[in-house]
Amino acid sequence: MESARSKALWIAVSAVILVWALFPVLWIVMLSFKQPGEIGNVHRFLPKKWTWENYHTVFATDLFTSALINSIGISLIATFVGVVFATLVAYAIARLDFPGKKIILSFALAIAMFPVVSLVGPLFNLWRDIGLYDTWPGLIIPYISFALPLAIWTLSAFFREIPWEMEQAAQVDGATSWQAFRKVIVPLAAPGVFTAAILTFFFCWNDFVFGISLTSTGNARPVPAALAFFSGESQFEQPTTAICAAAVVVTVPVVVIVLLFQRRIVAGLTSGAVKG
Amino acid sequence: MAAITMSNIVKKYGDGFPAVNDVSLDVQDGEFMILVGPSGCGKSTLLRMIVGLEDITSGEMRIGDKVVNTVAPRQRNLSMVFQNYALYPHLTVFENIAFPLRLAKTPDEEVRRRVTETAGLLELTEHLERKPANLSGGQRQRVAMGRAIVRQADAFLFDEPLSNLDAKLRGQMRTEIARLQRRLGVTTVYVTHDQTEAMTLGDRVAVLRKGVLQQVGSPRELYEQPVNLFVAGFIGSPSMNFLPASVEGTQLVTPLGRLDLRDPAKAAAAAGREVVLVGIRPEAFEDASLVGADKRATGQTVRARVDVTEWLGNEQFAYVPYEAPADLAAQLRELSRELDGDQLRTQAVVALDAASLIAAGDEAELWVDTGRLHIFDPATGENLTRDEERVAELGRHAERVRLSQRGARQDAPG
Amino acid sequence: MTAVQAAPPAPAATTDRSRAERRLGLLLSAPAVLVMLLVTAYPLCNALYLSLFSYRLTAPDDKRFVWFGNYVTALTDGLFWQDVFTTFIITFCTVAVEIVIGFGLALVMHKAIFGRRTVRTAILLPYGIVTVISAFAWKYAFDLQSGFVNSWFGLGDYAWFSGRWSSLFVIIVSEIWKTTPFVSLLLLAGLAQVPGDLGEAATVDGATAWQRLWKVTIPNMRAAIMVAVLFRTLDAWRIFDNVFVMTAGQQKTETLSFLTYRQTISRTAIGLGDAVGVLLFLSVVLIAAVFIKGFRVDLSQVRSDR
Repeated sequence: MESARSKALWIAVSAVILVWALFPVLWIVMLSFKQPGEIGNVHRFLPKKWTWENYHTVFATDLFTSALINSIGISLIATFVGVVFATLVAYAIARLDFPGKKIILSFALAIAMFPVVSLVGPLFNLWRDIGLYDTWPGLIIPYISFALPLAIWTLSAFFREIPWEMEQAAQVDGATSWQAFRKVIVPLAAPGVFTAAILTFFFCWNDFVFGISLTSTGNARPVPAALAFFSGESQFEQPTTAICAAAVVVTVPVVVIVLLFQRRIVAGLTSGAVKG
Repeated sequence: MAAITMSNIVKKYGDGFPAVNDVSLDVQDGEFMILVGPSGCGKSTLLRMIVGLEDITSGEMRIGDKVVNTVAPRQRNLSMVFQNYALYPHLTVFENIAFPLRLAKTPDEEVRRRVTETAGLLELTEHLERKPANLSGGQRQRVAMGRAIVRQADAFLFDEPLSNLDAKLRGQMRTEIARLQRRLGVTTVYVTHDQTEAMTLGDRVAVLRKGVLQQVGSPRELYEQPVNLFVAGFIGSPSMNFLPASVEGTQLVTPLGRLDLRDPAKAAAAAGREVVLVGIRPEAFEDASLVGADKRATGQTVRARVDVTEWLGNEQFAYVPYEAPADLAAQLRELSRELDGDQLRTQAVVALDAASLIAAGDEAELWVDTGRLHIFDPATGENLTRDEERVAELGRHAERVRLSQRGARQDAPG
Repeated sequence: MTAVQAAPPAPAATTDRSRAERRLGLLLSAPAVLVMLLVTAYPLCNALYLSLFSYRLTAPDDKRFVWFGNYVTALTDGLFWQDVFTTFIITFCTVAVEIVIGFGLALVMHKAIFGRRTVRTAILLPYGIVTVISAFAWKYAFDLQSGFVNSWFGLGDYAWFSGRWSSLFVIIVSEIWKTTPFVSLLLLAGLAQVPGDLGEAATVDGATAWQRLWKVTIPNMRAAIMVAVLFRTLDAWRIFDNVFVMTAGQQKTETLSFLTYRQTISRTAIGLGDAVGVLLFLSVVLIAAVFIKGFRVDLSQVRSDR
């Protein structure tokens, strides 16, 4: 039976992929439910005794809770502002005829490829001079600027899909340019904007370099940076299970978003990227 | 409602090429005007200048008595049906139709009333809550019409609205548009490249070629009395045959045989020329054996070898190849290409009665209605045999038909 | 649609409307461009400027103009070249492996007959996970104390993080795990654009599945593959997070990004650090130039216009 065999093959291949993609995450999840003393027990995948202890520990740690608040606040603000800016640019690029379109796109492309670390030093100095060091805006601004390229591309690709006629029809129907934009383009572009927002959020949520370089205290330090230093502080007994619990906490939103908006994320990542 | 007056309209793009060149055209209040021509003739550009989606390079555009050259589309109070309908995919049918009213901040009560009324007119009532994506092509087309109708605009503009429908639906929608326009009596400008739409819908038809207006007139006038080769070739399907002919007194020597010019006016037109192009419509031919003696006398018979026949049930076409001098053949080929065709060989298309038994390969005897032929100047393409008296008569006829339809509308309830 | 879209080229920039359009276009672009400039152009110029000084934050009075002294220091230091080599190894291995695995995943997603959604979601998951956390996950997996790798694969107490190559191996694995989804999505998009009837035509012409893959599918998605390689190469070249979490640059696993970070932020040797940063930037420009000119990756075609 050819079809049965190929079906079995597909099942096997899918299973391998699932294990590859999920196992490291599950491992972390399981570690986070083990008692701190149980980490040496590597033969058991499941915890011997499930415990919330690690979660209590991390939520009782100021460093983590403030980092969590920082991460959420900074990422959301940066996402919002970044997506608004990107929407304006993408609209202009997709719809209007003006000089410098290509330059803006190339510039954005260049930034997407930019080695972030090269800028960290000068930004560190600049932020200290103007008082942005270790503040929310001090992270929000670089997040916006480095998330913009992806957002701009994703959105211009989406905006190009909306037929020109639509906007003209609205104008003939009596709409001003602004009304045509708000009543026709925005609702049509909303899915694209939403996707851009997800990708931007992932970018901000993921950042590490700015997080460790431009902050020094719980004032603005986001979770990834806090985690790295969390482990560094106690060299001899690593708080592995607590870190795992913290990791699970910051991973949950990501998993939820991926589960809910899988299709949108795929469309966003690829529409901006390959339209051969 | 308003008249649309275009004076010396020019549209030049960045490269300096005039897409529309010095077009002057009056669309009267309540008139149904068709803009027709092969692709790239500037008809859509002209329409988009009327509605304000294209800037006017020079010339004057008036709607009613107001010059609108620099007026934004939204202030022109026109409505337009786009080729792809441009329905807003995120809005229901109801909201699509209501869109212009919402923009005008019309009270909810009135929006509801007018949309319902429009939907009733277009038989969309049961679809009002659906999204455009779930509609058939014809329904979408009607929604687009509804959006145009609902705001009681000064004029309707149609940009090839039926070109995305299949043939059967196109026929139905065509009648629907005609009925609606007669009923509402709104000034309408309608762009198409479709012969049938042009002939059946319009009070008058304007033929454009490479941005230049060729002729404006009733469909009958264009068909019977074209001003030049281009209009003659463009209007009518299959196209008029153009046969090269040398003039010998009152006789035209064509590849199909000698034709007598009995009409003194036509003879006068040909007189003094060596070579002309003779235009004969396919339907001016007939199988000689099916023509009664009295009718036969009004025309003339020629003998020709038939290459291919196409029997269609209600009529029949026969193709008669002929030799033409190289320069004229090239000119005819150029004309064919300009008319969106691609005629490779010089051949005459002959419409025969479906009862005719002429078969491919026969040396057939064909009757030609010489009273209906036209003579064209091969150099300028000008029609030398246009009958001004007849043109005037056709013009009066068209006006009478239009007024009687308008009268009927005013009498009709609703 | 064709008529309208193929319609008129833009009018010459003379009319009021096109002037207004230009103004609006520039106005709408301004905020984003300004933010991007603020965060890149000024610091970059600043870095270029400071890289010409011998300057430590802890000793601001010793700031001296040394021309290209810092560059000479960096380029003649064995450590710099060791870091370049490390970065190169990581970049080369990850990109090579990711293209292969990513292509496999793309094929599975493209052809999967059932469980398509589940597979896609699973593949997408690592993309969303924070890099630092993926680094922790893999670190703990290979860790002597908490890791399952050694015990499950019978490696006894092999200490992965005490040797250079084994450490690099783990870093590379974690990087591959985290970023392959992105590659596979790019390749999937490329795959979807290869017309199905091409494959059918090739089948009729007598091609085997393998031949179809190599002679029809892959040549037709060249653009997607090149874009994926370019993006991932530049991305891997900047690798930092994994190294920081897993080895902190120990065992000669330091990368260029890490070196820059260590000089500027940890050691506050601004001048030297900025010089390394500028060199890193130049290396990125060089790689991009090689790809775009050398392999003729047409980003404008791929990125912006359909």
